Amino acid sequence: MAKAAADGNARTWSDVRPQRRASIPEGMWVRCSSCSKMVYKRHLEANLHVCPECSFHNRIGAAERVKQLADTGTFQEMFANLTPTDPLGFKDLKGYKDRLLAEQIKTGRVDAVKAGTCFIKGRATMLCCLDLTFMMGSMGSVVGEVVTRSIEHATRDSLPLVIVSCSGGARMQEAGLSLMQMAKTSAALARYDDAGGLFISVLTDPTTGGVTASFAMLGDVILAEPDALIGFAGPRVIAQTIRQELPEGFQRSEFLQKSGLVDRVVPRAQLRNELARLIDFAGK
Amino acid sequence: MSAYYQLDFEKPVVALEREIEALETRLKAEGEQSTNGHRLRAEIDEHRRKRDAALREAYGTLTAWQTVRVARHPNRPQTRDYIALMCRDFVELSGDRRFGDDPAIVTGFARIGPMKVMLVGHQKGKQTSEKVACNFGCAHPEGYRKALAKMQLAAKFGVPIVTLVDTPGAYPGLGAEQRGQAEAIAVNMLEMSRLRTPIVSIVIGEGGSGGALGIAVADSVAMLSNSWYSVISPEGCAAILWKEANEQTNTAAAKALKLTAKDNLELGIIDEVIPEPVGGAHRDPSGTAQSLQQWVLSRLHDLRGKPLDELLEVRYQRYRRMGVYLEQAAPVPSR
Ligand SMILES: [Zn+2]
Repeated sequence: MAKAAADGNARTWSDVRPQRRASIPEGMWVRCSSCSKMVYKRHLEANLHVCPECSFHNRIGAAERVKQLADTGTFQEMFANLTPTDPLGFKDLKGYKDRLLAEQIKTGRVDAVKAGTCFIKGRATMLCCLDLTFMMGSMGSVVGEVVTRSIEHATRDSLPLVIVSCSGGARMQEAGLSLMQMAKTSAALARYDDAGGLFISVLTDPTTGGVTASFAMLGDVILAEPDALIGFAGPRVIAQTIRQELPEGFQRSEFLQKSGLVDRVVPRAQLRNELARLIDFAGK
Repeated sequence: MSAYYQLDFEKPVVALEREIEALETRLKAEGEQSTNGHRLRAEIDEHRRKRDAALREAYGTLTAWQTVRVARHPNRPQTRDYIALMCRDFVELSGDRRFGDDPAIVTGFARIGPMKVMLVGHQKGKQTSEKVACNFGCAHPEGYRKALAKMQLAAKFGVPIVTLVDTPGAYPGLGAEQRGQAEAIAVNMLEMSRLRTPIVSIVIGEGGSGGALGIAVADSVAMLSNSWYSVISPEGCAAILWKEANEQTNTAAAKALKLTAKDNLELGIIDEVIPEPVGGAHRDPSGTAQSLQQWVLSRLHDLRGKPLDELLEVRYQRYRRMGVYLEQAAPVPSR
């Protein structure tokens, strides 16, 4: 879509950009954080927030993810009445209560997850998406509970389950309770597995820590967006531990695929199709 | 005795222990029946009383951060010590049949009292060479896979499982990531939740995050009174949330994380605290092993009588109820 090839000479979007720029109002351009080229915002949005120049997959929130994956108008949100609290009275440089409030005001979200039923190209699906904009998509009690209820709902209604992960890991401010969400979600997936459910786990940039080390790596099929950071430990922690620089591409989707940990690396534009195809193979 | 690794809050205790040692040497030289013998004996007893009081005082008021340091005491008994102290027979089993054998997790059939069990535990290592081989108790994926393979073997024969948790965390390294550290831990939690045999688990030292939980999904979970269990180490938490790990921020982080045995009991994460002898497990390993053994046997005795379906349902519910959140009457609108 970004490539124009009017006279046989393939031109890139940036070739035509300067002529067009005058007709587009200021603030409508964004600089790609990967290739540094200026991209027209509306084109970026229409391209699912993937840079038309370099295919860099920008991070997106849960609402946008749902919009991209679900058939228009079919998403029925569930469990949206669960809200976080501060069970430990956790206080670092800032109290967890204040932090939650600030994040809620900043994002307009209650916590870092959005779940519900929908259709994906006509296939009824239980869809659950983490939201990186809220406290780095970290998993505390609410995220763990919503993921678990989603799994249980998919089990009861024999629905295929799609969880799109992006997370910094377990939420430190709920400490041991966050840790237990790893066991809770994994145990729920064991029952879903016993019931013959299909779980497709979609890993997006970044998926690390306690989310990777629980439901995210438990998919019957595991898909990953291109070049997403996926790992147990963060790259900085690993570099500090082994006292050497990490190899190029380490902990990226393609590396995980080569290592045998991810089934397919799927560009965002093909994700809906891929999900529908896989759901059909599992016969659900 | 004087070889004790000195924790700052133990200083008065260690000073008294040195004096006791000196007095005992003198008593030995002069003899119990000598003119000074009676006086020296009385003095030693008095010092011992003082030391016990000092120990009780120091250990009665440990901060969370001090507890973490006791949990890491180099003389603290580890899995292999407890195996030697409480197992009548131990048949060690190695390897994950996939990649290799990870000495950071020890597995094998064992007899504890009248019970046959599968014992699985982290091993940090004591001498330098063992510590290095064990990566200081930080297991690799093959360690978690070995643990699961042996637990599944136990389940096949209805042998109950006992796990001893003692790790700063799963190893963060190149090979560990490449071989699927996260997947190994996740699969263990999933499979442990449906293993058809009783599982009991005890945090004996450090319960560092997913690396601990990867062998700690169980029907009943206990902690030794000076162990810690949380989602991250105090230093890791301090480095991220306080931007720097030092004595002061580690102390604050340890407190905030509610990582002590008592905290975990109050949060409903564990079922019981097993008290250590006064002055910590490192002062009396066999006394600690006795308490461990008693707890394991009594829990397994209760669990063994249950029908397996009921056992698994109760295990599921044990984790299902974890978490604290509010449930509003109506959905909260969000962007
Ligand atoms: Zn770009």
